[in-house]
Amino acid sequence: MAHILAPGISAPDFTLPVTADQSLSLRDLRGRPVVLAFYPADWSPVCGDQMALYNEVHPEFQKYNAEVVGISVDGVWCHAAFARDRSLHFPLLADFEPKGAVAKAYGVYREKDGISERALFVIDEEGVIFWSYCSPIAVNPGAEGILEALENLKEKRLSDDQAQSSRRAS
Amino acid sequence: MTKLKVPVAQADHILGEEVAPVTLVEYGDYECPHCGHAHPIVQSVRKHFGEQLRFVFRNFPLTQIHPHAEMAAEGAEFAGAKGRFWEMHDGIFQNQSRLGTALLVELAGQLRLSSDELTTALENHEYLSRIKDDFMGGVRSGVNGTPTFFINSVRYDGAPEFEELVEAITEQLPNRKGERRHAG
Repeated sequence: MAHILAPGISAPDFTLPVTADQSLSLRDLRGRPVVLAFYPADWSPVCGDQMALYNEVHPEFQKYNAEVVGISVDGVWCHAAFARDRSLHFPLLADFEPKGAVAKAYGVYREKDGISERALFVIDEEGVIFWSYCSPIAVNPGAEGILEALENLKEKRLSDDQAQSSRRAS
Repeated sequence: MTKLKVPVAQADHILGEEVAPVTLVEYGDYECPHCGHAHPIVQSVRKHFGEQLRFVFRNFPLTQIHPHAEMAAEGAEFAGAKGRFWEMHDGIFQNQSRLGTALLVELAGQLRLSSDELTTALENHEYLSRIKDDFMGGVRSGVNGTPTFFINSVRYDGAPEFEELVEAITEQLPNRKGERRHAG
């Protein structure tokens, strides 16, 4: 069984379509924290709740200058309809072809079902996984784990900066 | 186990006594159909347990999918400031299909509250910060959709239906715990 990538590992880069004519690469988001939310499918009621919740909490994520991206094996047109229906303010990536390749790279693909796990990653400004969590497939993991990770990342950066400036001072 | 991070306090909307052995907290959205479904169930659950259960309602409007949810919460909080929260709360859920300013004005009228004051409160978003506080407290506590219930501060992940809620609450009753000890 595949294992979810752990903190400290460099996040595998990827380029995936966001719309029919636009794509997004993880490396484009360097310099700010990235919340990568894998979910099984558009439209299923639990997923709707999860994405609706992140949409609602979006201003809080932005306080940490974090970029949120949803990712599932659904295609771009499905994502477009779903995002429009729920008025989502963040991009949904289509891990559609080859199917689930990015989910596999992150150790969160369910071979048997052909969908990804409900898995969350917070990736730091330099592209290293800072926090990861895999939720039971039927349970919406909510947002508190993500917010806590973003807060911890912010504090770590502050203490790194302080250590650096005190080194410089001495 | 996901736990409630914001303890029940005096500012909350509370039905029942502090000494009740079980407290049920609901995070809800007035436009959410599942919350509408849960509303009479919660009433039946309260009736079932009587004084043994305390009930608390907190706002968790998902404004991006429910355009009237925040305004409805503001209307309920307006009535709450006048000591009529629960009448407004029940009125909104019972008329969920007609949710809008007209309904809030009508309900306020039934409670003999000033519709001008209500309109001003809605326009100025007088109660919005309280609603946002409820919402963020909920997010920090692991509220992941609506309705989310907490039974004695632990998130309840079961179905929001009468039998399931009654069973989960019964488990928390002190005499039930005693029974279990005897049985064991």
